[in-house]
Amino acid sequence: MAYSNKVLDHFTNPRNVGSLDKDAKNVGTGLVGAPECGDVMRLQIEVDEATGVIRDAKFKTFGCGSAIASSSLATEWLKGKKLDEAIAIDNMEIVEELALPPVKIHCSVLAEDAIKAAIKDYQQKNGVVVDSAAESTQA
Amino acid sequence: MERRLIYLDNNSTTPCDPRVVDAMVPYFYEKHGNAASRSHHFGWEAEDAVDYAREQVAKLIGADEKEIIFTSGATESDNLAVKGVFEMYAKKGNHIITAETEHKAILDACKHIEKMGGEVTYLKVQEDGLVSLSDLEAAIKPNTILVSLMWANNETGVIQPMREIAQICEKHGVLFHSDATQAVGKIPTLPREIGIHLMSFTAHKMYGPKGVGALYVSRKSPRVKVTAQIDGGGHERGMRSGTLNVPGIVGFGKAAELARLEMAQDAERISKLRDKLEAKLTELEETKVNGNINSRMPHVSNISFKHVEGEGLMMTFNQQVAVSSGSACTSASLEPSYVLVSMGLGDDLAHSSIRFSLGRFTQEEEVDQAIEAVAKGVNHMRDLSPIWEMYKEGVDLTKIEWSAH
Repeated sequence: MAYSNKVLDHFTNPRNVGSLDKDAKNVGTGLVGAPECGDVMRLQIEVDEATGVIRDAKFKTFGCGSAIASSSLATEWLKGKKLDEAIAIDNMEIVEELALPPVKIHCSVLAEDAIKAAIKDYQQKNGVVVDSAAESTQA
Repeated sequence: MERRLIYLDNNSTTPCDPRVVDAMVPYFYEKHGNAASRSHHFGWEAEDAVDYAREQVAKLIGADEKEIIFTSGATESDNLAVKGVFEMYAKKGNHIITAETEHKAILDACKHIEKMGGEVTYLKVQEDGLVSLSDLEAAIKPNTILVSLMWANNETGVIQPMREIAQICEKHGVLFHSDATQAVGKIPTLPREIGIHLMSFTAHKMYGPKGVGALYVSRKSPRVKVTAQIDGGGHERGMRSGTLNVPGIVGFGKAAELARLEMAQDAERISKLRDKLEAKLTELEETKVNGNINSRMPHVSNISFKHVEGEGLMMTFNQQVAVSSGSACTSASLEPSYVLVSMGLGDDLAHSSIRFSLGRFTQEEEVDQAIEAVAKGVNHMRDLSPIWEMYKEGVDLTKIEWSAH
């Protein structure tokens, strides 16, 4: 199976690899997936508390090329977005942008879960009670 | 500088030896006869070529020419052995014993047997990939007709204790089939000497062409028969009909001849390269060699690089080095290797494994380049891996509540 050029680009030059201080109040962390399933994504956002805009985003991913590309793309998209815009990112947008084949759609689902988990973590830290659909593991 | 892609996936298939191709070419052109045409020169010429090839294949495994049934490959040979014995010996019993780490050709043929009302025992293997002889003996019942255990595993290269298995089969009067696809032509494989009654193998794992294989069927003490699975003109002593693939068989014969003459020196050279590759790559932190290293093919190394996912890792170097993760037959799916899982490796380690399989045409400088590319890839992927970071921070990964998906 050949990867699309966009997947190859994100895989070869992943954007925003790294870590943010997970204990900081303005940082939300989402850790989703499981080593047994061959995919683990950790996605972090740093939020400007005054404006609710995502100032920075970082990721680390254990997984295949598509999983790495999906999370790299997600961090690019998250930067500069407001939380309510970020939570609306749909996995199918990632599928289209990266031209993921059907067997790799789960990578985009995982990226969407990671975004939602990171936002939920931030909101919980800051006392926002939300009824989020994303039931994912928090780090 | 143009660089040739380094091929370390010889367990999937080997390139044809140029001497094999040279031998085949005339049988596509001027010597194009059907080996079953008895009335003219073209047919006789083709028949002679098939006879010579059959002799070479038989010689490689210490068999009589009449014990070689040509097929389309090892998958067909496996099917013929399992289903053919099941049908032929139906009066004697309906129970077959095999192992979880067998190739899909055996496992799926056994599934078919179960659908036909047969009974199959799938032995688990030990951590080192070997079947337990006491488990095997305990599994034999009065209605057991066949034990089918592979000579060498395709993913790990682990060699099963053939002689001991044969002795157990002998003691209980059960037929013994071995899928020897990965072993024939690379290490000595002498079924008669060991006590194997049926043995599958194929040309394209020993520098011959794809699309041709063989089933060894013992003709004396015991005389074994299998029920044909492909009916037609009664070729191959009635056990496998269909016009013989003359160029393919000629190539198979040449490959067998070369293997017999060059096996020892190839194995010695290749095992040194394999050992070098393995020694260098296991210098990286948190690596594990899978399978019993004292009972293993000389050209295979299966290594888990912890906290790195195999498919992603391969992508870092697949412009330079071709290897496989899990087995080529299952890597299109997202499941981790069932062979490694059966050996008790966790799914996480199974996802982190890479199979390196060297061959006759592997050069030392290629191995050196592969070591560098793979090591670089592992380090790169670990920099990207959240679980590597957690491991480094001392987090107990087994205590985390992962969200399975």
